[in-house]
Amino acid sequence: MKKRNWQKTFIFGFLILFMSGNVFAEGQPEIDSGATAWMLTSTALVLLMIPGLAMFYGGLVKTKNVLGTMMHSFAAMGVMTILWVTVGYSMCFGENVLGGWFGWNSDYFLLSGIDTNIMEGGVPEYVFSMFQGKFAIITPALIAGAFAERVSFKAYVFFIALWGVFVYNPLCHWVWAEDGFLFNLGANGAIDFAGGTVVHISAAVAGLVAAIFIGPRRRFPNILTRPNNLVMTVIGAGLLWVGWFGFNAGSSVSSSLSTAQALAVTQVAAAAGAVAWILAETIHQGKATVLGFISGILAGLVVITPAAGVVQPYAAIILGFFASLASYIFVSKKHIFNLDDTLDVFGIHGIAAIVGAIFLVFFIRDSWMADAALANGGIWTIWQQLGVQTVAVLIAISYTAVATLIILFVVNKITKFRASDIEEMKGLDTVYHGERGYGMLNPN
Amino acid sequence: MKLITAIISESKLDMVREALIEAEITRITVSRASGFGRQVREEIYRGKKMIPNLNPKVRIDIAVNDEFVDITVDAIIKSARSQGDGEIGDGKIFIQSLEEVIRIRTGERGSAAI
Repeated sequence: MKKRNWQKTFIFGFLILFMSGNVFAEGQPEIDSGATAWMLTSTALVLLMIPGLAMFYGGLVKTKNVLGTMMHSFAAMGVMTILWVTVGYSMCFGENVLGGWFGWNSDYFLLSGIDTNIMEGGVPEYVFSMFQGKFAIITPALIAGAFAERVSFKAYVFFIALWGVFVYNPLCHWVWAEDGFLFNLGANGAIDFAGGTVVHISAAVAGLVAAIFIGPRRRFPNILTRPNNLVMTVIGAGLLWVGWFGFNAGSSVSSSLSTAQALAVTQVAAAAGAVAWILAETIHQGKATVLGFISGILAGLVVITPAAGVVQPYAAIILGFFASLASYIFVSKKHIFNLDDTLDVFGIHGIAAIVGAIFLVFFIRDSWMADAALANGGIWTIWQQLGVQTVAVLIAISYTAVATLIILFVVNKITKFRASDIEEMKGLDTVYHGERGYGMLNPN
Repeated sequence: MKLITAIISESKLDMVREALIEAEITRITVSRASGFGRQVREEIYRGKKMIPNLNPKVRIDIAVNDEFVDITVDAIIKSARSQGDGEIGDGKIFIQSLEEVIRIRTGERGSAAI
């Protein structure tokens, strides 16, 4: 994910390009075919997470909402990709404008200026921009779980478009662009390897705000959402785990030692999360459920996302275990807050990502702390880094909450966000899509 | 004793169920059904209009004692009829006399077993 030191290279590269008028500008780094091959793979793996998410969410809702819910994920693939190549990449990875609110670089408009660009790590910039684009797709798609089964499709599309532009892009710029202010916070920056704050905290907080704004489903909390197809949900969780290797290990934007480190802890944390959840369930309820196991996988994957670049496998076990427990407790107690977060976006992504972004400081690799100390002129303690992490998390939470609320308000003016009672009873599939997910199966 | 079978539109299931619960009729069996009546329903499939030869419906079976027949039927009609004068496709209610009801757990028979 890190873009440190590359930005200057591109700008320099562009200057040469335009001055010489030569398409094959000299002085560009050579393509590193190993790194490029892995980044191409990672790009595809992250995209695989979106059908994975569609299946995960789709299987959990009522039969009459299965297509509408899967469509939330797929619609993001369409809408966010178009937005990404027009403004997204530029807003995320261009130079600071408007006091650093987001970035801008007109060469990135429709990616027209990067046609022949090769980045310093030997990876064509097309690959990097497409890899990053997948993150911009999955983040709004994650939010959809919080208000599943009760929103208008049209309003959802307006919402993700505005949210992507005004929440995701600025956050991504702050955390990952070389001149982003969170990237430069403290001695060596706020640590967010693959998107704990940018993707998971932002999606979860937006989901929480939206779920409260839109209000609960009819007759909540006296409803039992029986998954229409748990088998599909399990397959979706499997795809998410596989795709997450691209998400985390690809975030090294190389094919190197740091890639391997991220890959190892991703596997370990997911496993620890899954085991922790079924242990808690067995002790608490007496049965280890399949939905519990896969929820634990997700909690483990989310908690390691910010930390994958800086911790070792023992830490992945500890983080995965505690994030999963924290999520389990929240999810089983959320009725206290009368919160209808339909598919537990905040309960899993929010809780685990906050645990990860903050508690990773106790497990940071010595070499990273040494670099930070060097950058700070001699000394940098984990407590100082804890401060940096906490500030980054609080900024992500408060910016997302306020901006999301404004967007919800605006969208609700354009078209009513909440499905009417009648529409909710008929189901999203018939009302918004005119289709049915299954033939004669599943009375629900 | 009567067996009331209602064939209703899928989208009315929640409303009918809630109306029945309000009328204190809580013991019901629900299944998906498909069939064809007077309703001609167009569907769009890949841009083309099609008329499916069977329409998806929901079937509700309720066994009641005689004095509850009207209550049940009224609740179903009120909740399953589309707004205004109703629409073709709102469904039908069939009522048959029920010879015997037996509760498996206790072996009770007749009205007490309903």
